[in-house]
Amino acid sequence: MIGSGPLSATTGPLATPVTRSGKGLSTERLAYAFLAPAAIVMTFITLYPLAYGIWMAFTNFNVTHLRHQNPRFVGLQNFVDILTQAPYLDLHFMRIFGFNLLWTVTNVALHVTLGVGLALLLNLEGLRLKRLYRAALILPWAVPTYVTALTWRNMFDPQYGAVNLLLARWGIHGPDWFQHFWTSFAAVLTTNVWLGFPFMMMVASAGLVAIPKDYYEAAALDGASRWTQFWTITVPGLRPTMVPAIMLGFVWTFNQFNVLYFVSQGNPLGETEILVTEAYKLVDPMGLYGVASAFAILIFFILAAITLVNLKLTRVLDA
Amino acid sequence: MKLAKARRAVGLGFAHAGLIVMSAFSLFPVLWVVSMALNPHSTAQPTSLEILPRHVSLAAFAAVIAHPTEVDGLTFGRLLANSLLVSGGTALLSVLLGATAAFAFSRFKFRGRKAGLMTFMLLQLFPSVCSLAPLFVLLSALHLRTTLVGLAIAYAAGTLPFAIWNLKGYFDTVSAELEEAALIDGCSYFTAFWRIILPLSAPAVAVTTLFGFMAGWTEIILAWTFLENPKTFTLSMALYGMVGQYGTTKPWSDFAAMAILLSLPVVIVMLILQRYIVAGLTAGGVKG
Repeated sequence: MIGSGPLSATTGPLATPVTRSGKGLSTERLAYAFLAPAAIVMTFITLYPLAYGIWMAFTNFNVTHLRHQNPRFVGLQNFVDILTQAPYLDLHFMRIFGFNLLWTVTNVALHVTLGVGLALLLNLEGLRLKRLYRAALILPWAVPTYVTALTWRNMFDPQYGAVNLLLARWGIHGPDWFQHFWTSFAAVLTTNVWLGFPFMMMVASAGLVAIPKDYYEAAALDGASRWTQFWTITVPGLRPTMVPAIMLGFVWTFNQFNVLYFVSQGNPLGETEILVTEAYKLVDPMGLYGVASAFAILIFFILAAITLVNLKLTRVLDA
Repeated sequence: MKLAKARRAVGLGFAHAGLIVMSAFSLFPVLWVVSMALNPHSTAQPTSLEILPRHVSLAAFAAVIAHPTEVDGLTFGRLLANSLLVSGGTALLSVLLGATAAFAFSRFKFRGRKAGLMTFMLLQLFPSVCSLAPLFVLLSALHLRTTLVGLAIAYAAGTLPFAIWNLKGYFDTVSAELEEAALIDGCSYFTAFWRIILPLSAPAVAVTTLFGFMAGWTEIILAWTFLENPKTFTLSMALYGMVGQYGTTKPWSDFAAMAILLSLPVVIVMLILQRYIVAGLTAGGVKG
């Protein structure tokens, strides 16, 4: 294996042995040389902070340790404090985790349903104004998430926001959105559905193109209904393109910092806080770097578990 | 036959209805912001809903360019220069480091190749907020935390995995014949990479560069947490200064105008490159 010359890994084209001329021996070193710049930077700004963070998680590192004083080793105290709801932290880990899952599942379900549905509509033969609809529907995807979040925050302003002004025009008195859990959840969900469905629509549109038209014609000749055609042709046909996108969407949504931090700001009373916004709160304004690092490690394990389950599930489905 | 045609027409009618409703949902916030920016109200907040502005004026744009923040001497030009520096630095770092690494992954076989690719993919799964505490402490120790260079390096950590996966995917599709010929002619691997592979991969290089640029352009959390000196503030930070607890004195039309100035370049680039970006994202399975 070692120094066996350049080659096409998975799809790499360099299959012919160019390097018989003697260069072959050094290709492994060459590869490392090409990798070095990225590897060095990643080591410094990702791996080292990661290791540093793991160490911090076992200490009482806080604001006072930034300049002077060494933090003290506290063992698993930070993890215990988080999981047992130590009063000084003012957080309920399992509740936040539960909300995070509810948030992710509802969002991804809505993104995929709307995305695939709209892709199917846009794919109808003889539909006019296709390009116009497509342009309008893709727009939210192109707007930076951060700007989207700030805009929707203003849109849900109880007094001056566009949502309540629109409701007032229809004779409905709009609620004070962030005062109650369900209205707050509705507000952040609306925001995130707005910014999330176009991506799924684009992926589904690309997937639909790959399904041969004659499958449908053959099925129609056999008397299969539209519904049957959808489940037996469209869904399996879309699966290869949609599965990676859904996994991606799941992780994105699970970690959707901008929407929850800027739109609901965790209101009411931290009930719409998710794990990453809570992790941020521990850093700023609380300045509990040790606890924040322990919290980040917990998030790390949760994400790793979710990724494993995702990979397993998709393997099982594909088998 | 006639019945089939009628059913088809009804079906298309429902399709139009669905598409119109969803298009309205998509366009509503955008039109609201554009309308507020173009028609500044006499009051700080809008008291009526206007989706199509009755009067058109660029006064709000002039106001935010003349006076973007409450900080004295912090001009729009300075904010723009800072944003360009951070975004340009992020783009440059991610494309240069990403391209060499992607070349190695695409063209060589070496120990740790698979593990390396997996590492770059997994690193993407973990949110940057999670590395905030250690990054904060480390960059502080290096005296880089409050600088734009430190910020660009921190952003590059986030954009690099996408850069590597996206470029590797494209390099894999570039035929090796030209570079093989060059190598036989005695050209070094680096020259082959620099003179042949990179130019042939221009589309992917462009997408990667722009992606890094946009990431730096619109990021707020690290900038807001790390930077202290107003002279180093960016445009996206100025926008944050116009909302919520920080922006009680700023009229919403200013927020709208600033939001448009900040978003427009991104929106245009994303719409032009949509196909490449979506393909790159799903191929690498990484975040955006």
